[in-house]
Amino acid sequence: MKKKLVAAIFSCSALLVAGTVMSADTIKIGFNIPMTGDIPKVGESSKFSAEMLKADINGAGGLEVGGKKYMLEFIYEDNEAKAESAVTTALKLIDKDQVLAMIGPNSSKQAVPAGQVADDNETVMVTPWSTNPDSTLDRPWVFRAAFLDPFQGPVAVNFAVKTFNAKTAAVLYDLSNDYSKGLAEIFREVFEKKMGKDTVVAFESHGTKDQDFSAQLTKIISAKPDFIFLPDNYNQVALIVKQAHQQGYKGQFMGSDAWGSSELMTLCGDDCKGLYFSTHYAAAGATGATKEFIDRYTKKYGYVPDDVAALTWDATRIVLQAVQDTGGLSGKLRKDRKAVLKAMAAIPSFDGITGSMKFDEQGDPVKCAVVVQISDSGEFEFAESVCP
Amino acid sequence: MLESIIQNLINALQWGSFYALIALGYTMVYGVLTLINFAHGDVFMVGAYIAFFVATFILGALGLPGWVALALTIPITMILTAGVGVSLERIAYRPLRRKGAHRLYVVITALMCGLILENANLAIFGASRKAFPELISVQVYTIGGVSFTNLKIAVIGTAILSFFILQWIVTKTKVGMAMRAISYDKFAVPLMGIPIDNIIVITFILGSAFAGLAGLLFAMSYPILEPYMGALIGWKAFIAAVVGGIGDIRGAFLGGFLLGAVEILVVAVFPSTYRDLIAFSVLLIILSLKPTGLFGIAKTTKI
Repeated sequence: MKKKLVAAIFSCSALLVAGTVMSADTIKIGFNIPMTGDIPKVGESSKFSAEMLKADINGAGGLEVGGKKYMLEFIYEDNEAKAESAVTTALKLIDKDQVLAMIGPNSSKQAVPAGQVADDNETVMVTPWSTNPDSTLDRPWVFRAAFLDPFQGPVAVNFAVKTFNAKTAAVLYDLSNDYSKGLAEIFREVFEKKMGKDTVVAFESHGTKDQDFSAQLTKIISAKPDFIFLPDNYNQVALIVKQAHQQGYKGQFMGSDAWGSSELMTLCGDDCKGLYFSTHYAAAGATGATKEFIDRYTKKYGYVPDDVAALTWDATRIVLQAVQDTGGLSGKLRKDRKAVLKAMAAIPSFDGITGSMKFDEQGDPVKCAVVVQISDSGEFEFAESVCP
Repeated sequence: MLESIIQNLINALQWGSFYALIALGYTMVYGVLTLINFAHGDVFMVGAYIAFFVATFILGALGLPGWVALALTIPITMILTAGVGVSLERIAYRPLRRKGAHRLYVVITALMCGLILENANLAIFGASRKAFPELISVQVYTIGGVSFTNLKIAVIGTAILSFFILQWIVTKTKVGMAMRAISYDKFAVPLMGIPIDNIIVITFILGSAFAGLAGLLFAMSYPILEPYMGALIGWKAFIAAVVGGIGDIRGAFLGGFLLGAVEILVVAVFPSTYRDLIAFSVLLIILSLKPTGLFGIAKTTKI
């Protein structure tokens, strides 16, 4: 019995060793994405987008790095949209799966803590969707494909003031979400600077698992704001907008990029039509490479790709570009990771489907934002583009 | 100011209705079995999902109008959810009770059953949210600055009606008398010829059916369903039942409305950040003043 057990253990470890040896000609990229939890559609979009890219490159014989073709291997790990799971998932990808670089996590809530892990373990991480400055701040190994909240906040303020002719605003945000809280605070600061003190007439918060927002909305509605700024995830947006309407609110809402999931309209329905939010790209009316991506994705998966899908596509392509720029992989993981980091920082300008971007010294791209309006057919239509 | 207070009271009544309906299930099972059925919050979640599938089926496949669908969905959801509750009792709790296991193990089993329900749901239906169809068109009425909907009134009315029905069953019927007898002395009751297992099954049927009803109303009011929706509200309803005095129907009902009111009113007065902090501090004070809850009676255990 004991002998058998020992033999089994040996053969298992032999398999493991064989596995690593055999995978010498592949490049492993890890994906730290939320496939379950609060925002599963975000993880699905990321995965679908990455699968499409992988099929493209592997179908063409693999990625050529320094004269040698490598097949791509993408490892998808679920971070359950939780901060603590994002950390363990990052560690698993880096230590156990030995990925060359990591894409994700998507939300700032997970990207901020996971970024620390990637930085400590000297692995390049690119978060596609995180807009909170802390994700990349003072972390040389961490990059992002999205714009930052200090940029997005003013975009929302300026657009709302101009379009709604607003003098006052109310804010409702998710207290336990780094993204939502950070953006809400930036918004209040910028709005009050522009419109005067105390023009944000209500500044209310809620928890991630909350389903009833009636008390917060009662407070907000009785303060009579010109519009409500709602930097929340799409699932909560649907509940909040519906409940606001049920309490007799007829005014406008201004949203942020976390609205932009393809699932928003299935959950929210008629209540969300006509509302505006700032985001990374507008699917309706896109041209060139962006349109090609949207058409292929729509054909393959049956729905229009949201911004997460587009940003994941860009983020993954940036990493692969950096891998190619290294000029050849040594097969030694630590050395190769370092080479990828060097190449990432050296990318002069990258032409992505969400716009062209260039990394600054913090690893943040300088790129434009768009404001979209939700049309009557539920499409996100381009309203305005704002560049830094 | 006054409008704002009335508005908050209506909101509190609606939110408290859900706590009350779920707390009723906790308290009935506890009253009869002295078992804290921690799976109850997830039975509520399953109820919401059952309502979702029944309603979509009736609307989609049979093509009936919304109000007919609602009239059919209510009994079907209650019956099916009761089935889930009874199956839990048959599969998980009864075997343990037969073997004479300590109550602690049954409580742990209940916790596990809850997790199994959540994760089975996740595995079968995926993590994607379900949008509950609109069964009745929600009308917003505004009277003197106070807004309410027909749905809100229906929810509050149903909760109050449910309380009276359950209170009547427990205090005025033979089955109710048997329930109270079991909670009084579990060992003497079978000797009197009362079929203890049947009474327990009826308890689970009642508790789960009302959890299913709560699930349906909840899904109509907050039309986004997810597998974990029952966990937090279930815990809070349990706390409401304890504050009200677990084992007493009036306690569960009052505790539910109390928790709902405290939660809403805290947000109305203080920054919303402090909601759970203040709400639960208030409940803690109530419990420290009256450890058995508002309606609870201190029981001494003879050894």
